[in-house]
Amino acid sequence: MRSRRFGLSVGYLAAIVVLGVTVVPLLFVVLGGFRSNAQLNNDPAGLPGPWISDNYASVLSSGSFWTFLGNSALIAVIATGVAVGLGSMAGYALSRYQFKGREGLYTLFTLGLLFPLTVATLPLYLWLRQLGMLESFWGVAIPEAAFSLPVTIVILRPFMHAIPGEIEDAAVLDGASRLGFFWRILLPLSTPALTTVAVLAFVTSWNAYLLPLLVFNDSAHFTLPLGVATFQSQYSQDTARVLAFTALSMIPALAFFVLAERRIVGGLTGSVKG
Amino acid sequence: MTTATTPVRTAARPSVPAVGARRRRSGLRKRLELALLLGPALLLFAGFVLVPIGIAAFYSLFKWNGFGPLDEFIGFDNYVDAFSGTVFQSAIVHNLIIAGLSIVVQLPLSIGLAMLLNRKLRGRAVLRALVFAPYVLSEAITAVIWVLMLQPNGFADQVLKGAGLGGLVHQWLADPGIVLYTLFAVITWKYIGFGIILLLAGLQGVPAELREAAALDGASAWQTTRHVVLPLLGPTIRIWIFLSVIGSLQLFDVVWIMTTGGPANASTTMATYLVDHGFKRYEFGFGSAVAVILFVICFVFALLYQRFALRRDTQGALTRMVG
Repeated sequence: MRSRRFGLSVGYLAAIVVLGVTVVPLLFVVLGGFRSNAQLNNDPAGLPGPWISDNYASVLSSGSFWTFLGNSALIAVIATGVAVGLGSMAGYALSRYQFKGREGLYTLFTLGLLFPLTVATLPLYLWLRQLGMLESFWGVAIPEAAFSLPVTIVILRPFMHAIPGEIEDAAVLDGASRLGFFWRILLPLSTPALTTVAVLAFVTSWNAYLLPLLVFNDSAHFTLPLGVATFQSQYSQDTARVLAFTALSMIPALAFFVLAERRIVGGLTGSVKG
Repeated sequence: MTTATTPVRTAARPSVPAVGARRRRSGLRKRLELALLLGPALLLFAGFVLVPIGIAAFYSLFKWNGFGPLDEFIGFDNYVDAFSGTVFQSAIVHNLIIAGLSIVVQLPLSIGLAMLLNRKLRGRAVLRALVFAPYVLSEAITAVIWVLMLQPNGFADQVLKGAGLGGLVHQWLADPGIVLYTLFAVITWKYIGFGIILLLAGLQGVPAELREAAALDGASAWQTTRHVVLPLLGPTIRIWIFLSVIGSLQLFDVVWIMTTGGPANASTTMATYLVDHGFKRYEFGFGSAVAVILFVICFVFALLYQRFALRRDTQGALTRMVG
């Protein structure tokens, strides 16, 4: 009994350390945004005193933060829509149709899990230049959707495969075509898996850095990650403002995480188990 | 071509020739449907994933700046140049160091924290969510946060001094001897939540009866962990190692934003080397060769790992162990 209590207190101690390491950097950013550069220079680890809201106010009223936020949202929505739309169609074909080469095609898509964007990045850039998609939201969203397809299909196929054939038979007897069955029955039944892949595609696109970095030169097109990194190097002398900008940029991701925690976590573990 | 998924055929079975005609018609229809369902995804996947990787292999045989005509064929010279250059050699070593450190440091840490968070601590749910929070932040935001934290005489240094560890203070990002380990610490901060979540899911698959049985047999907590829990976590650990090594080999965003591979190439990775040469120096042929090397390294690792480590998991090793 004593050893158990000892184990628990060690547990709490470790928990506190872990919590500190995780949370303190986030608090540093948020609280730092409420300080002045003079405060930050004198006492980097101190608390705001007095609290200053100028940094947050100037970021929120500058417009560029909102532009980046809007661009990120637009690109993520397009990328997610395309990846989930095309991925669910392909997942249906690969799970419930019998045809030659089915397993080969599926393997091809799963291999895509291994293809890093970095490897394709040089020809992809030239390709996008040729297609006139540089500086265009599509130039980021479409490749991101393409690179999200493998994980989308790898999660959706087993899920769609597991839906009992009796349901399909019943639908067909009631006069549904195969496409009708897909649209009116299979997709609604797949909502949990669809939500998971949508969340994954959205988060991937939202966090992407390399592709927007290559495609966009005009800061009016920047996404939030690109904007944060650029803002930091541009205003490196004005640490307080960079902190405020970074703190505000964290909010969407953290809010989304709170809303979709189950889906994100489920998707990660689910995708790994394949 | 069979149409096993269409019970229409069996529902009504008129005279033989009609069946043949209908089958042909339904076969055509099925092909159309397949083309409609699979075509767009295949087109997108081929156009933006497969073909660019193939084209990289083609470009890698040329000396080319990405703009003029592609006419200076030089065979494998780019590959020879890459491998004989000390910067690229050190980039590979840096990737391997990060991968090795991940397995030696992050993995035990993740397992320990996952076991901790699996206990009935108060506030466990909040703790889990918070540990996972850095993982949802983008690499870019993570990098910026830590650049700010690690500024000379900044937050990290002041905390260390305050804790009486002032001797540990370093030029975290400017000292070539330290920078790679600083980056590794940042990466650990960002990704540890991912490992913990995976392992927590794995721990949920360890039946409580097994632990109780081990305890009844007189096993200590350590023995139970070592001989019961860890083997059952095996599949999760192997998947984690796989993802972690692949991720380490492809490391880019955090390094690029925090150091651009510097100082003096002390934190160059294969990916930062690739982007640096491709997009900053317009060496598209050479950059493509680096891309192909990176791809081959990842691919060979994946094949070998699949062959020697993951195969055990697909053969029901888990159930055999339990049974």
